[in-house]
Amino acid sequence: MLRYLASSFYISNGRRAAHRLPASAFDPMPPLCYSDAVEDIFDTVLVRAAGITADHPLAGVIRGRSNIIELTEKSHDAALKPEPTGGFTHSQRAALACRMARINDEPSLAAHYEGMVDAEDILTADPSFDGADDGRLRVIIRHTDLVTRSPKDAVAGDIDALLSTGIAEGDIVRLSELIAFVNYQVRVVAGLRLMVAAL
Amino acid sequence: MNESTSEPITEFTTTVPFWSPRVTPVNLDDATEEELDAMKVTPSDTGVSEYVLVLAYDPKTLKERTPLFNGIMYSRGGLSRPETELGAVAASVVNRCIYCAAVHASRYNELTDGETVMEAIFESGEDADFDPRPKAILSFATKLSKSPSEAENADVNLLIENGLGMDEILDLVLSTSLFGWANRLMHVLGDPIPR
Repeated sequence: MLRYLASSFYISNGRRAAHRLPASAFDPMPPLCYSDAVEDIFDTVLVRAAGITADHPLAGVIRGRSNIIELTEKSHDAALKPEPTGGFTHSQRAALACRMARINDEPSLAAHYEGMVDAEDILTADPSFDGADDGRLRVIIRHTDLVTRSPKDAVAGDIDALLSTGIAEGDIVRLSELIAFVNYQVRVVAGLRLMVAAL
Repeated sequence: MNESTSEPITEFTTTVPFWSPRVTPVNLDDATEEELDAMKVTPSDTGVSEYVLVLAYDPKTLKERTPLFNGIMYSRGGLSRPETELGAVAASVVNRCIYCAAVHASRYNELTDGETVMEAIFESGEDADFDPRPKAILSFATKLSKSPSEAENADVNLLIENGLGMDEILDLVLSTSLFGWANRLMHVLGDPIPR
């Protein structure tokens, strides 16, 4: 753990000059040794969604980045299932994640997230639902869709719209991380699927 | 600190701007133990940045994202450093994250000791014309950054034809996707302000 932190510190401080250092100065990410470490990288949301198993021809390539797969799984848990939950329940988070996966044409991830949604939130997961007469939900859905589909069009007024609906600043950041994480995850899955097809 | 009164930058540049948050950053003096612990993973030269203080509102994702970021961008093996940066730049151009594009375009220029590739990308986006291998990388990363992704089998085949191994393609997928994440924080939660 200490070695890990030291490595991370070094990288963030030394990044400008880092390329001038000899290769030996670049520690690859050391293996993680947290007590809650991911047991099997092939039993993660990301790798399962891509359909890659431990005996797949790409398994070796996946193992080469096992640290990234582990941290992606832990990021999933942090964005979808945090305790305390903040202003969004686990089910609301999963409903938005399902919606974003559907917008991105990722049915396997959408199915994963749908399984985490309670009945009362299931409409939110439908990209054609706009929040109806729930003002807070309308603003949240509008923001989620905008930042998912076209982040380049997000402006300061979009944050103001969340604030003026009474959404706390901390919850705006939590919503942003959820949106950002799922948009990362759908792209990794899409890329992995293309890699599988290219074999 | 008068940067919040400056007009945000709207054109791509290799001069790294300031970043002015659109939400009030966590006050370091009031930060909880969990927030402090999450921020500790990213010490910077000049203290904790406003960006990290904004992300500290969600310490659980910040704590995982920082090593994930470093692991994707700086791990040894696989895709070369400049080509990893190219994926980051392609995403940042699609998502028009001026700040991220500036950081990673300038890093690409440092790593390659040249400016023509980034100039062409900032000028022409995905239609920029240069050597086949970086062009194939730019094209794939640009398409993967669309929402939904527009990357197709032919784009991966073009990467393979240009000599990329599967381990390199995975790294490209990861750095491009990572900036699908980073851009959606940087560009949405703050403004790039002239230095």
